[in-house]
This record gives sequence, structure tokens and C-alpha cells, in this order.
Amino acid sequence: MSRLVIDNRLSRPDDFYEALIDTHRDLTPEQSAMVNARLVLLLANHIGDMEVLAEAMRRAREGV
Amino acid sequence: MLSTYSYPTFPYVPAPEQRTGTVRRHPVVVVGAGPVGLTAALDLAQKGVPVVVLDEDDTVSIGSRAVCYAKRALEVWDRLGVARPMIDKGVVWKIGKVFHGDREVYRFDLLPEPDHKIPAFINLQQYYLEEYLIAAATGTGAADIRWKSRVLSVKPQDDHVVLQVETPDGVYAMEADWVIACDGARSSIRKMLGLEFIGEVFQDRFLIADVVMKADFPAERWFWFDPPFHPRQSTLLHMQADNVWRIDFQLGWNADPEEEKKPEKVIPRLKAMLGETTEFELEWVSVYTFQCRRLERFRHGRVLFAGDSAHQVSPFGARGANSGVPDADNLVWKLKLVLDGLAPDSLLDTYSDERVAAAKENLLNSTRSTDFITPKSAMSRTFRDAVLGLAADHPFARALVNSGRLSTPTTYTDSPLNTPDTGSFAGAMVPGAPATDAPVEDAAHDAGWLMDHLGGRFVALYYAGPDPVPAAVADSMTALVAGPLPFAWHVVTDRRRDAGANALVDVNGRFAERYDATPGTVYLVRPDQHIAARLRAFDVAALTAALNRAAGL
Ligand SMILES: Cc1cc2nc3c(=O)[nH]c(=O)nc-3n(C[C@H](O)[C@H](O)[C@H](O)COP(=O)(O)OP(=O)(O)OC[C@H]3O[C@@H](n4cnc5c(N)ncnc54)[C@H](O)[C@@H]3O)c2cc1C
Repeated sequence: MSRLVIDNRLSRPDDFYEALIDTHRDLTPEQSAMVNARLVLLLANHIGDMEVLAEAMRRAREGV
Repeated sequence: MLSTYSYPTFPYVPAPEQRTGTVRRHPVVVVGAGPVGLTAALDLAQKGVPVVVLDEDDTVSIGSRAVCYAKRALEVWDRLGVARPMIDKGVVWKIGKVFHGDREVYRFDLLPEPDHKIPAFINLQQYYLEEYLIAAATGTGAADIRWKSRVLSVKPQDDHVVLQVETPDGVYAMEADWVIACDGARSSIRKMLGLEFIGEVFQDRFLIADVVMKADFPAERWFWFDPPFHPRQSTLLHMQADNVWRIDFQLGWNADPEEEKKPEKVIPRLKAMLGETTEFELEWVSVYTFQCRRLERFRHGRVLFAGDSAHQVSPFGARGANSGVPDADNLVWKLKLVLDGLAPDSLLDTYSDERVAAAKENLLNSTRSTDFITPKSAMSRTFRDAVLGLAADHPFARALVNSGRLSTPTTYTDSPLNTPDTGSFAGAMVPGAPATDAPVEDAAHDAGWLMDHLGGRFVALYYAGPDPVPAAVADSMTALVAGPLPFAWHVVTDRRRDAGANALVDVNGRFAERYDATPGTVYLVRPDQHIAARLRAFDVAALTAALNRAAGL
């Protein structure tokens, strides 16, 4: 049974965060939104597990 | 005028060479009596090097600047015998809490393990720190601190440097074999040598308010993102000595610094935070912008830059003085070996290499924290807010919350002074790392700390564990002690009895654990308490080679 992991798995969280912000450098808001959408799709396919994805989508929407 | 502190005035004494009009040559002149210049001067003076310190002012740091001093800087000051009054006067802390709105989302402990002499952090107003350093440096008798002495020009020559110094009695010239430029972030020496100071200025302003109050906040670092009392901005709270509290309010780029400094603006901000009924008194207010930049190299011939003159960071992470003090720590022993003719002056290039690497690490961390606190774009702000929103219920997001990554010492991983491992070791004590502490007992059975026995010279630690020390080891070590480089050695042992005069008893096994030591393991530690080499088995040729290499020979 797979579950969404919410504990930290990033060995260097600050490196990841900087790379994420850099991915958006110099983009317009529309371009940034497009990059985010593509990023979600790429990662979703990589995860491949519908149960995990559903759980992530639920948590992402919660409280927004 | 502060209500809790009166600034001392140090007397201007005309220099003898100015009166007689003779130009004197000094081995070392330090420019700037801030925390870094004073640390360098104290270290040099204790090593027997007569040092002149020039400062344009005649008092300590004015107003509210550095507050938090980290373990490593305190260890340097402890090596120099000056940490005790700082720790006694300061506020010891190690817990940090981060709030989003009024909800705690994250907390960190900067020193979760026991058995260290020096605490993770203390908070202390910079003026106290400087006062203690000045008293200690003056007490050596070898540091000649000249107040009201402004350096007007620095002219490098082939084998010395000529300085022009302005005092209330006019201008005089002096020569120095070596100049240590500790003249701060606005360094005029940097400009005199035409050196570029490259990096970024952040588009944000921060209000710094020191208030005197009796409050029941604990001695912890509290950081708020978007608190109810200061919406959409951040706030930081630190306790200092004398019931003085440091509060930083993020204001945003469009705030008017002159307006924001007015008590009628500041007091309502404080009341919103502290409550209408909390009594407090405003001690100090200023508005800052922050920058992250550095010199490309810290050695320029006979002029060596250290502290803020070499690198400037934003304060989130307290990496300013905390990285300037290790500059002095790194430089002074090298300069002393060069002055004594025991090492080539190329050893000073490793000062630049090692401390530039440290500055890069500090700038990277400070820049990332500032980018999190002051996002540069709408998308960056969205990610920041998403991280904060997830943090309370999602542990992974807590690791991304960045309210400042507090100062940690740099491991000189790529230093040419390191001897690469040949044996296999676990743990953090890699070549280039700052030595970690452990409780030890000396031969007189006095309980103490490993760090008390490291530093000031090269030290070899031979770990014997339960075994006796082989005669061949003792003979080889004795020969190294008699050699030209300043060197001492200790046996680290489990044996409480018959331990020998230079023994350190590993009272609770922390040494063996932290250094991954097995009987026969040898560590070589530099005069600045960084690891130079480690061997799984004693080998006099390998130890001698490591010692020479660490001295740049
Ligand atoms: C708001 C704020 C908060 C901070 N918080 C922290 C913190 O919590 N922890 C931390 O570690 N750091 C902190 N810092 C940084 C810290 O204050 C500096 O890193 C530290 O003071 C640098 O020391 P220094 O000796 O290199 O330079 P300085 O302290 O700037 O000293 C330079 C000295 O040189 C003298 N001088 C300059 N030009 C000349 C000249 N031409 N001739 C003669 N003398 C000259 C000046 O009079 C001065 O005394 C903070 C800074 C600010 C502004």
C-alpha cells in the first residue's frame, strides 16, 4: 500500500529550493504558471501511483 | 546615549614616532579595532608579535549591531582566554522557533548533543564584546592600540607597506612588513588598492529596535513570517544582556527610513507586538538595507583583508563577525610562521583560499535566507508562502523554511594543507574540519575539555585507548617537539592510572566516538584547531610529512 511521504526526503533542501526558484528566473507570471503546470505533470508521471497523487492533490488544495 | 550602557572613551596618546618624526618599521599593523582586528591583534600579541592597531575612532561599536555569536567564534575567543566574560555577560541559547501567523511551524536546536565546553550561541551587544577584547589585547602589553588614528593611504612596496596616518596632531608615516586590513564593510583600504567588492544589494529595509523591558519570552530566537502584529512582513526577536531585546521588523523597499525611525512610528509597531500594557523603553533604532558581497581574493601581496572588509553578508544567520573571527584565527598562525622564517609566504595564499571558500559558503547561505525572507518575484513569494502553509502539517516543508541558517564553521575540504586520508574513518572529523570537543581529564585529574589542549601550535593526538603507549611513538613525538615547528602531543587514553604527564583521559568515551578513534589512531590538529591529518596507525614519516604540509612546506 503506497502512501504520500510527507517526511523530508531531500538531502539538501536549500539546494533544491534555490534550483526551484532559479527555474522561474526572468519568466513572466504566465510563463511561470506554465512551468509549474509542466513540472507537476512531469513529477506526476514519475510517481505514477494514482493513490499517492490523489493524496497529494487533496493536501495541495486543502486550506488554499 | 543608551540607558543601559555608557560608551567608554579610550585615550588618544600621540605616537612616539609622530612626535620625533622618525619613520618606524613594524612587523604587523592592523587597521580597524572592530571584533576582527581586535581578535587578530590579541592573537598576535599572545604569540609574542608586537602589533600596532590603528582605529579612527576612540570608542567601541556605536549603536546596535551584532548580537549573536556562534560556538566556533567563541571557541576562538576561548583559545585566547577572553570568552569567559562574554559567556557570563551574554545570554546563552540554542533553540530557534519559526512562526507563520501566530502558529509555530518549525523549531530547531543548534546543539542537540551534550559534552561541549562552549555553548551553541550567545547573544551579547557588540559594544560589550569589543570592550572585553580591548581589555584583553591591552593587557598583553604587546598590542599598541592607537585611537583617533585614521589611515589615509596604503602604499605597497616590494618588501613592506607604507601607511599615512592622520591623528589630532597631524599626519605621520609608518611602515609595516604586513598590514591586516580589518577596516570594515566600507573599507577604505580596499578602495586605496582599487579592489572590487562584488555581490548583491537586497531591495528591502529592516527596522532594528532595541528595547529595555522585563519580558517573559524565553532565551530563544523567535522569527515570525506574516505575524498578526506586522502583517505580510517578518519579525525577529532576540534577548540580549541587561534586559535589552533586539527586535527586527521587515519594512519592505518602499519604506522611508527617516520616517520609520521616528519614535511615533516605532512605538506603535512595538505595542502591536508586545501588547499595550507591556512597559518598555526604546534604547536604539536604526534602519538597514542588507548586502551580500566579497573580495575575489583576501591576500594582496603584503596586505591581508579580514572580516567585513573582505566579505559582507546579510545578518540572517549571524554570519558576519562569526566568519570574520575565524578569518583572524586562520591568518594569525600562518603569519607568525612566516614572520619566524619557518614557512614560506605562500602559506598566506592558503589563508585566502580557505577563507574565500568559507566566505562563499556564508554568502550562499545568507543569500538564500534573504531570498526566502525577501522573495524577488511573485512566483518566489508564492512558493515561499506555499512552504509556510504546508510546514505545520508536513515535516518536509519545515526543512525548506529558511529564516536564516545560523553560522556554522567551514570545513576546508579542498585545502592544500590537508593530508588526504589513507585509512578509512567515519564521522565529521575529516581533514580540514574544525576539531570537535570532548570532556577529558588531564594527568592531574582535573576535569576539562579537549579544546583546552588544542590550538596555538600543532598538536598530535595519539589515541591509545586501553593500551600503553609504545616507546617508539613517544620517541618520535619527542623528536617532533624538538623540531623547528611549534608542536606538542597528547596521549588520549582510557586509563585513569599511570596515564603519563601528557595524557588526556577520555572520561566517557566521547573522544573515541567523535573522532572514530581506535588504538593507534593519530590526529594532527593545526594551531587554529582544524584537523590537518589523521592516520589509522602511527607512522612517523607520514606524520612528519603531514606536519610539513600543514605548515605549507
Ligand atoms: C544590524 C546588524 C546585525 C548584525 N548581527 C550580527 C550577528 O548577530 N552576529 C554576527 O556575527 N555579526 C553580525 N553583524 C555583523 C557584524 O557587526 C560585523 O560583521 C562585524 O562588526 C565586522 O567586524 P570587523 O572588525 O570586520 O569590522 P567593523 O566592526 O566594521 O570594524 C571596523 C573598524 O575599522 C575602523 N576603521 C575604518 N576605516 C578606518 C581607517 N581608514 N583608519 C582607521 N580605522 C578605520 C572603524 O572605526 C571600525 O572600528 C551584524 C551587523 C549589523 C549591521
